[in-house]
Amino acid sequence: MTNAIRFWLGNAPCTVTGPEAAMSLLDWLRLNRARTGTKEGCNEGDCGACTILAVRLDADGETLVWKALNACIQYVYMLDNTQIFTIEDLAGGYPAGNAAAPALHPMQTAMIDHGGSQCGFCTPGFIMAMTAAATDPATGGPDALSGNLCRCTGYAPILRALEEATPATKAWADTLGTTIRDRLRALDRTTPLHIDAGATRIDIPRTADQLAELCASHPDATLLAGATDIGIWINKGGRTLPHVILTTTATDLNTIREDDVGLTIGAAATWEQALPALTRLLPAAEPTLRRLGGRQVRAAGTVCGNIANGSPIGDGPPILIAANATLTLRHGNSRRTLPLEDYFIDYGKQDRRPGEFVEAVHVPHQPESLFRTWKISKRHDQDISAILCACRLTVTDGLITDARIAFGGMAATSKRAPRAEAALTGTPFDATALARAQDAITQDYAPISDFRASAAYRLTVARNLMTRLHHAHLGQEESVHA
Amino acid sequence: MLERSPKPVVEKPTLHESAALHVTGTATYIDDLPEPRGTLHLAPGLTRIAHGRLVSMDLSAVRAAPGVITVLTAADIPGQNDTSPIGAHDEPLFVTDSITSEGQILFVVAAETRAQARAAVRRAVVETETLDPILDIDTAREARAPCAVPGRTMTRGDAEAAIAAAPRRLSGRIVMGGQEHFYLEGQAALALPGEGPEMIVWSSTQHPTETQAMVAHLLDVPANTITASVRRMGGGFGGKETQANQTACLAALVAHHTRRPARLRLDRDDDMVMTGKRHDFAIDYTVGFDDDGKIHGVDMLLACRCGWSADLSGPVIDRALTHADNAYFYPAVRLRSLPLRTNTVSNTAFRGFGVPQGALAAERVIEEIAFATGLDPNTVRLRNVYENGQLTPYHMTVEDSITAAILTDLARRCGYDTRKAALRASNAKAAEEGRVLRRGIAMTPVKFGISFTATHYNQAGALVHVYTDGSVQINHGGTEMGQGLHTKMMQVAARVFGLPQSDIRLTATTTDKVPNTSATAASSGADLNGMAVLDAATKIRDRIRDFAAERYNADPGTIRFHNSEIHMETGQGTLVESFAAVVRQAYLARVSLSSSGFYKTPEISWDPATGRGHPFYYFAYGAACAEIVIDTLTGEYRIDRVDILHDAGLSLNPEIDRGQIEGGFVQGAGWLTMEELVWDKKGALRTHAPSTYKIPTAFDMPRVFNVALLEDVPNRKATIFRSKAVGEPPFALAACVLFALSDAVASLDDHRTCPRLDAPATPETVLACIERLRAGKSATGHGTKIEVPATDADPVRDPVG
Repeated sequence: MTNAIRFWLGNAPCTVTGPEAAMSLLDWLRLNRARTGTKEGCNEGDCGACTILAVRLDADGETLVWKALNACIQYVYMLDNTQIFTIEDLAGGYPAGNAAAPALHPMQTAMIDHGGSQCGFCTPGFIMAMTAAATDPATGGPDALSGNLCRCTGYAPILRALEEATPATKAWADTLGTTIRDRLRALDRTTPLHIDAGATRIDIPRTADQLAELCASHPDATLLAGATDIGIWINKGGRTLPHVILTTTATDLNTIREDDVGLTIGAAATWEQALPALTRLLPAAEPTLRRLGGRQVRAAGTVCGNIANGSPIGDGPPILIAANATLTLRHGNSRRTLPLEDYFIDYGKQDRRPGEFVEAVHVPHQPESLFRTWKISKRHDQDISAILCACRLTVTDGLITDARIAFGGMAATSKRAPRAEAALTGTPFDATALARAQDAITQDYAPISDFRASAAYRLTVARNLMTRLHHAHLGQEESVHA
Repeated sequence: MLERSPKPVVEKPTLHESAALHVTGTATYIDDLPEPRGTLHLAPGLTRIAHGRLVSMDLSAVRAAPGVITVLTAADIPGQNDTSPIGAHDEPLFVTDSITSEGQILFVVAAETRAQARAAVRRAVVETETLDPILDIDTAREARAPCAVPGRTMTRGDAEAAIAAAPRRLSGRIVMGGQEHFYLEGQAALALPGEGPEMIVWSSTQHPTETQAMVAHLLDVPANTITASVRRMGGGFGGKETQANQTACLAALVAHHTRRPARLRLDRDDDMVMTGKRHDFAIDYTVGFDDDGKIHGVDMLLACRCGWSADLSGPVIDRALTHADNAYFYPAVRLRSLPLRTNTVSNTAFRGFGVPQGALAAERVIEEIAFATGLDPNTVRLRNVYENGQLTPYHMTVEDSITAAILTDLARRCGYDTRKAALRASNAKAAEEGRVLRRGIAMTPVKFGISFTATHYNQAGALVHVYTDGSVQINHGGTEMGQGLHTKMMQVAARVFGLPQSDIRLTATTTDKVPNTSATAASSGADLNGMAVLDAATKIRDRIRDFAAERYNADPGTIRFHNSEIHMETGQGTLVESFAAVVRQAYLARVSLSSSGFYKTPEISWDPATGRGHPFYYFAYGAACAEIVIDTLTGEYRIDRVDILHDAGLSLNPEIDRGQIEGGFVQGAGWLTMEELVWDKKGALRTHAPSTYKIPTAFDMPRVFNVALLEDVPNRKATIFRSKAVGEPPFALAACVLFALSDAVASLDDHRTCPRLDAPATPETVLACIERLRAGKSATGHGTKIEVPATDADPVRDPVG
């Protein structure tokens, strides 16, 4: 059994083991590799100054997946089988020795030409995020920059640079494809790893079965997927995790299956991967799904991790609850499936038994229905919701036959609104029903005040979102986010 | 009308001097400096209560932690335990007894690695006695808490009588929040001990001379032993004018005791909890006016939260007073300040330095008059803008006012009148149809006084060397924080010598090259240092010219430095020699090719005791118009369009100035909309990281953003190439965003009531304002204060599990 993490940093193959493997990627780059172009702005995945580019082989062994990741909340042990690039790898052309390559990467040139840097500290992170975005035709404009903060420029020149350099950057990525594919194929991808990193023991399974066995035999271990939350426990809470088991390396869980029952999202699938399939199933949810973290967070964080974590302000659960999703939990070789809403018991308490892990979430095909999700926060992108509302109304012959309404940020868990649902069920969605639903919603929840919003605001908005739902029903919905 | 320049003298736009370094990740910030052998890494231990007393501190477990080399406290300071930048002696580096804010420093740990230092800090056993904290303006006023610095009154005429005699009068209050700088590079310093008492401190500071002085008196050594140096900062915005000092002092103290290099880069959360922010204000106003919207008299009381020490609160609130007129003439006026001491972080400089706060109150007064009279706010503005010859509240005669022209020009360019009419119609239609979106538009000007109010700060030095190969090195007292100052300074030298910018090298700002410098602040960097660079470079150029005249028998009056060459008219006709060749000859002829330069701003004076004088050399002007749309169900909004017309004189670098305008505006819009600082009831800052404190992202910039510089209008004053300062004024332009939001809210009762929308206008604040208007209540609310209980766990600050 191998016991070292292997990956490529630019043109250098790297093998890391021992305590070094438990370092954050950012610290490792800056302290151990003197790659100081990658900056620390916040050390919690919220500013993007540490953004690096990561390339992985998809489950098909062929497709390359390019991601922008926050190096501060990635740990070296998460990099096995990965090609990473930092800002230092862009200039001078790539692969090395290509004399025809320009001295600067097209994205770098564009940033200079458009005056995209002022203090320059956030610039490398922006360029890496922009380079990743250029490889993804579905992303552009502000969404491509949703995980990066700049305090100097006001963003206009950066957006202009992104637009200008996207085609050349896509071409740049294409020329690297073969080299990277060969490198990643040559890395061992199939054996589980066990790393003794001093204070932390790390298990890296390769299959769901291996993961199941590890979980069952080590029920106290911390299951780690994208580390978008656990990274903050470590970096900010000063926590040392005695035992970590990775879930995202089980390649047979890195699946998004669409069949006649619906959509099954495996434990290893990230939000970025799931977005297209989720959007096909829940087209109306796309604007909200795109506001779930910035791009780097969506590239690292998994759908199942967002659920398993049990945060009352996770954006995934209310949307999935409204869509009547179910969850598969696995212990060893036994599995049980439960409605997603039943998984959340209380604040910090989920129905996950010792040794179990969330293996998949299933979203059924949706009935003909009115589906809406709304996220209310101080900032549009990369903010935690003050309120997240998801509703599904099934209307048959003018009567609401089924209502599913779930909120995040309104209670200790993501929670349905039984009184409001009852107020709407079996009635036409008229002014009377609306008024009843509005009153009911204030009975369904007793939110708290925190720095994101007051309890009063949360309740008022919850009421008003029933109005918005009514407007949607009437085809008159309006939003400033359009 | 606007005075046009006969000939364009604006330089061709040049890149930011560090752009290529920025984009390749090779621009060096403090934490990127290569590590000298034996470097120690530091972490501070901080107070976790806002008010009380330190009873005991057991640091034995900290000292015993792995990798820890030393732990230092106040007892280890050889000199003064004081970092007050104004000599108020109210800002100890380390707490010794009294705790007056969360985030004060108890001790500092030095360890072999940063991770070890941070882990060790958590082992401290600290016992404190807690007292009730005074956290905000209202509580401080009720408690009659002492002021952080003395309040001041600025008067001209008899405001009370003028208001009483005016046909109409009204009173109100505007409340506006503070703001975290959120420079992307946090506070950082590296101290390297040298021979004897010598020490070099690399610090991310806007004010190296002050950092040098603080370290010197901390260590009780003369200033000539300490060198403070900074090549660039990853953002400053005022947050590193004084706030860099404590980080530098901690590093220096450890280096002093251990004789090892010591590095400290604050964790972001510590940085946000420890360092001062923009002052939040509550401003009470009474105005007397007439039916034409003309102001007769103004009385304002400007209260602000200073935090636990004076820091720069005095000058900040003075600047709020001097700009509480924004661009408007108050025939009679009384302005009073109330700088309140509170048990919160000590507020400090932030881009605009009190101007945005004072100007916002002036714009609210204009808005109130517009609602009261039914006039368009722009009409009210134009009826009250300064005419040349009128006196400010501080008795300075305005001589360069172009506000009316800029407002009129911008209104025409952006179609204000037509668009406003269309928005009103669309709002009316939306109301009829029961729709929820409402639109608003507003235009605000800015008139920004340029110069430090502390007159002695208005001086600068530079040092220029020409080497024998013809290359030039320049150095000056200003610091680079992204604003492009160094680029502009290189342009100045390049122009004097007729060289391309690539032949000019600019080196780190260092107190051993140019001493006794002023903070790079007050937008003055280019004005002051540009003239000093010009002075130094011109001296050398003149020496080279005189030498060339003699050597080549040329008429000195004909000698031109151009295109890396020196052109001369001699008896034998035109002679062209390369700059480098002539320089080499000059060297051989023993001509000095090095010079210092100096500049002091003329004409200015200021008497803080009377609040009168001529504190500003000139004013920078601008105007902006914002159009927004709000959702009346949730209070959410977006900025659809912004048009800006800004006065940078004859811009030294239009591309860089445009960057300052766009960036300043977006930062200002952040202050007025989403950026909200929340302290809980015990005085713990709950918005101490970007996860909880939200600055604008790319999505939040205006959908349409038109920025224009006023063209061909030179500064009337003899500034560097007739340019104007541009760092801060655009920040205040963002006021139009708040008033556009207010305009949209006001549509809910048909513009009968001034919504009195306060800042930050988060969706919650906007919705509360909407609900007030809907309920038909006269708008008496002041913002929405979220009461945050202190008991709920903070997963970031409290160690988990």
